[in-house]
Amino acid sequence: MFFPVNQMKSSKLQPATRRRWRGSAPRLTPYLFLLPVLVLFAGFKVYPYLYAAWLSLTKIIKGQTTFVGLGNYARLATDPIFYKALSNTLIILITQVPLMLGLALVLAVAFNSMLLKFRSFWRTAYFVPIVMGLVAYGILFSTLLNNHYGLVNFLLESVGLPRVPWLADPLWAKVSIIIALTWHYTGNSAVIYLAQLQSIPGELYEAAEIDGATTWQRFWHITLPGLRPAITLTVVLSTIGTLQLFDEPYVLTNGGPNNATLTIGMYLYQNGFKYFDFGYASAIGYVLTGIIGMIALIQFRFLREKQA
Amino acid sequence: MRIDRSPEARSASLAVTVVIAIGAVLMLAPFYWLIVASTHRTRDIFSNPPNLVPGDQLWVNLTNLFVGEGFGQAVLNSTLVATLYALLGGLVCTAAGYAFAKFRFPGQGVLFGIVLVILALPSQVTLVPLFQIMVQLNWLNTYQALILPNLALPFGIFLMRQTMQSVPDELIQAARVDGAGEFRIFAQIVLPTMRPALAALGIFLFLAQWNDFVYPLIVLRTSDAYTVPVALASLQGLSDTDYGQLLAGTLVSVLPVLGLFLFLQRHFVAGILAGAVKQ
Repeated sequence: MFFPVNQMKSSKLQPATRRRWRGSAPRLTPYLFLLPVLVLFAGFKVYPYLYAAWLSLTKIIKGQTTFVGLGNYARLATDPIFYKALSNTLIILITQVPLMLGLALVLAVAFNSMLLKFRSFWRTAYFVPIVMGLVAYGILFSTLLNNHYGLVNFLLESVGLPRVPWLADPLWAKVSIIIALTWHYTGNSAVIYLAQLQSIPGELYEAAEIDGATTWQRFWHITLPGLRPAITLTVVLSTIGTLQLFDEPYVLTNGGPNNATLTIGMYLYQNGFKYFDFGYASAIGYVLTGIIGMIALIQFRFLREKQA
Repeated sequence: MRIDRSPEARSASLAVTVVIAIGAVLMLAPFYWLIVASTHRTRDIFSNPPNLVPGDQLWVNLTNLFVGEGFGQAVLNSTLVATLYALLGGLVCTAAGYAFAKFRFPGQGVLFGIVLVILALPSQVTLVPLFQIMVQLNWLNTYQALILPNLALPFGIFLMRQTMQSVPDELIQAARVDGAGEFRIFAQIVLPTMRPALAALGIFLFLAQWNDFVYPLIVLRTSDAYTVPVALASLQGLSDTDYGQLLAGTLVSVLPVLGLFLFLQRHFVAGILAGAVKQ
């Protein structure tokens, strides 16, 4: 690049750094753009996480916050209600997540198929439940599934099936929560899969067809491998979301009957804000963090190995 | 892709469409039931056989709700909080995303690492400390207690960083050579090219705040500070719940976001796709 003559002259008069300065930002600029985030993080994220770690080592004894070491964690290790909450959460996790993601996969393939008519209409219909807030759909489902007067039981009876104690029976209460979760989130996962499906090049399918591959073979060898990143993502995220499950049981079953739908998230809330045992609630939070970290790590490793 | 017009293909097409349609009816049935139930009195909602067509009690239910229960305050609170949150959160996350995408500076890796760690940590751990912070600041029942803690949303920062990378460096460079200030470059050159991503982020933030429940439940202790979900949950908790009124309130809580969704579906889906990073 050539400098115009007058600039060449002035560059002799000005220090060299001044000229370089015009092409790049002052050093402080990125920090200024980050400043609000840094302040908010420090106050509302980093400090609370560290404070919770300290709280988890304390107990309120005679009105005084007292250091008790790993006492809360020791108590947690022998707390039958915590194990109940943990097993409830895991049962919902291992049934609901595969069910939902399987359905979402089928839906995404259908939405992407030329065989389906009015595709964009159906896509909207399946996706729209995601806009409904958790409380709203909790209330809605609790009226639909009402044991005595609910619409679902009426419909079951009218086709000659027995009534189901949806929210009153320990097993069916879990089923109800699984149905509600699946209704709410399946369309969301389907849209993620659909976006990935559309990025798989059509030539792959054409080439496979010329080579005589069946529909099933094409699905198994082209579609599934192509979807692997989206599958990894949705498995890990749905797992993390389900491990933190709180709103649905809170609104639908309040953790009952007989703690059958008590989740770790609900147990944390109960200890913190019903019994005001902040130390114990914080210990539950950190154990939950550990469980989430462990499971997410295992899933990432497992799904990545398969990818190769 | 070629279109197969053979009879087999046609019947397959019909079969697929019918199955998907049945599923869609199941997905939409709760919405229909919501409209039906919110237009009846409680005893007509749970009658046998049930009412399957809308009734004429919507106005009565809404009057009970807004006049009797003061639900209007909750709608006002939610609208203000969600709008402010979407605007401020959008700005804060975008500024941070810009810094991460378009600058190289000492500490960048560590800072972005912190964003990712916070993204992965369960927010439930912070419930108790945040409650205590709000007590100490005397911020219980305030808008700032709802807005500030999640304003710097790790997902939003992540999303904007990804999107900002598509802004050409030459554009920013040229503006600098022309002598534009750094904040002017951001506001007048970078932001306008980011409109679709900003819309997606704004909708995502609005929806998240509009529907948020656990945290507001903890920091809102008096009914005049309630947001819509907290107010609804409190109505449900009553011993003699008026279900007509409760479901009318549920309808009111769903309609704004449903409208937002139907009008801005494209941005909405873009937000969810990018939002695949969070759930």
